[in-house]
Amino acid sequence: MDFLSGHQPEMLPGNRKLPTQGVIEAPHGTTIVATTYPGGVVLAGDRRATMGNVIAQRDIEKVFPADEYSAVGIAGTAGLAVEMVKLFQLELEHFEKVEGTTLSLEGKANRLSTMIRSNLGMAMQGLAVVPLFAGYDVDRAKGRIFSYDVTGGRSEEHGFAATGSGSVFARGAMKKLYRDDLTEEQATTLVVQALYDAADDDSATGGPDVARRIYPIVTVISEEGFRRLTEEESSEIARSILARRLEQPDGPRAALL
Amino acid sequence: MSTPFYVSPQQAMADRAEYARKGIARGRSLVVLQYADGIVFVGENPSRALHKFSEIYDRIGFAAAGKYNEYENLRIGGVRYADLRGYTYDRDDVTARGLANVYAQTLGTIFSSNAEKPYEVELVVAEVGATPDGDQIYRLPHDGSIVDEHGSVAVGGNAEQISTYLDQRHRDGMTLAEALKLAVQSLSRDTNGSEREIPAERLEVAVLDRTRPQQRKFKRIVGRQLERLLGEDGDAGASDAEEGADGAEPDAGSDAATDSASGSDSGSGASGKGDKDDKGGKTDKGGKEK
Repeated sequence: MDFLSGHQPEMLPGNRKLPTQGVIEAPHGTTIVATTYPGGVVLAGDRRATMGNVIAQRDIEKVFPADEYSAVGIAGTAGLAVEMVKLFQLELEHFEKVEGTTLSLEGKANRLSTMIRSNLGMAMQGLAVVPLFAGYDVDRAKGRIFSYDVTGGRSEEHGFAATGSGSVFARGAMKKLYRDDLTEEQATTLVVQALYDAADDDSATGGPDVARRIYPIVTVISEEGFRRLTEEESSEIARSILARRLEQPDGPRAALL
Repeated sequence: MSTPFYVSPQQAMADRAEYARKGIARGRSLVVLQYADGIVFVGENPSRALHKFSEIYDRIGFAAAGKYNEYENLRIGGVRYADLRGYTYDRDDVTARGLANVYAQTLGTIFSSNAEKPYEVELVVAEVGATPDGDQIYRLPHDGSIVDEHGSVAVGGNAEQISTYLDQRHRDGMTLAEALKLAVQSLSRDTNGSEREIPAERLEVAVLDRTRPQQRKFKRIVGRQLERLLGEDGDAGASDAEEGADGAEPDAGSDAATDSASGSDSGSGASGKGDKDDKGGKTDKGGKEK
């Protein structure tokens, strides 16, 4: 990072010249959800990118491993966000190789916070990047989630979190479905349910696309490290939810009292 | 009145080379070997924290003998070079050849500059390929030259003696355990031909394993796993090693011949009582290839 800023400062996200006028139309990523369970944390994202009222991409990938024990899901301007993640991954790996140890989970979360803050100028022009960071804290032996705002403000979320345009609906769904004794399998089902509800009410969030076989990306981070569910596994979850929703379009019902 | 002594450039370079070589020779030797699934780095290192081997990039490993602060400096430079290159272009665009070139330039410049003392280091840069044919090992001596190595390479103190020993015994397609044992045997031979035992705690071992599912192929082998690999044949291996030490000089031609005679019909039995014969068999093959 310091090397990069010394040699090629223009490559850092914060040092770009800002457009002087006008709003840039660029693809935006939409909904990311995460939930913890006793053995770790699950992070998932839908596959849609929108540009205004147009679907820019149907199969974009918005959840990336940051390192062995953490992952980041991105909402906001896709191009900037993907590059931010690339730089973030690089920094974690670089630190690990140079120092011989990995950063603490807090350290990683703080680093991401600084990177988002450096993008504030762009965010003011409508090119915001708002990621969700989830990781397994090896020292405390539990999964943790960090959410951010455009100014780089960082806050740890307990239980579940969502970001992006469909986050309001996803959070509502998770609020009703979340329990603190979920198994890994239940947790993955929960996040896909939440994404389904987000897609149901938010036009910018994509639901499972059975015809094209495009399903949400679901990742699990536990003591064994980062694992992305295979397409088969995530399609299995999406299909079983879809089958239930054919009978009950609004999904599982929570008790009234 | 006092005129400075004239020192011919040849003499100056020779002096610098000797200075660097002596510095390197004070350090402990380390070896880098190819095996069936990758490249293994083995060295004697009493410290757990100060590593001789390190990961540079996905497929590239680094080994160094000599002065710690100098090679650590070079290592960090290499990590920076690789990470910047991979970030600017693509992860596939970081190659051992490119890195070795950068190291050669750096070492060469320092060696021939009169402002600095020459670095007392000798480096190995290794890249593991998708197949054994794709493996690359470069040795970089203190003066900035590059040597393209195959099969096995030793640097440090008595590197010459060790590499002769390895050249005779190393063959393609060894298993990790075999390569590791060969490496330890080669390291435990003193300059005067006597043998000493290097306990597993004093060994630093790392591999570039091409079968690793992760993108990053570098892995340190420590603790239980190392003991298991070293002890795969139990005490048979230890007695075997001692035997080799008694009879063999570095150019152990006759030793290999007798061993291979006893081992010629043993096939490739991997463990247990077949071990001694197995060693003979592989020496035989190695001898033919070289």
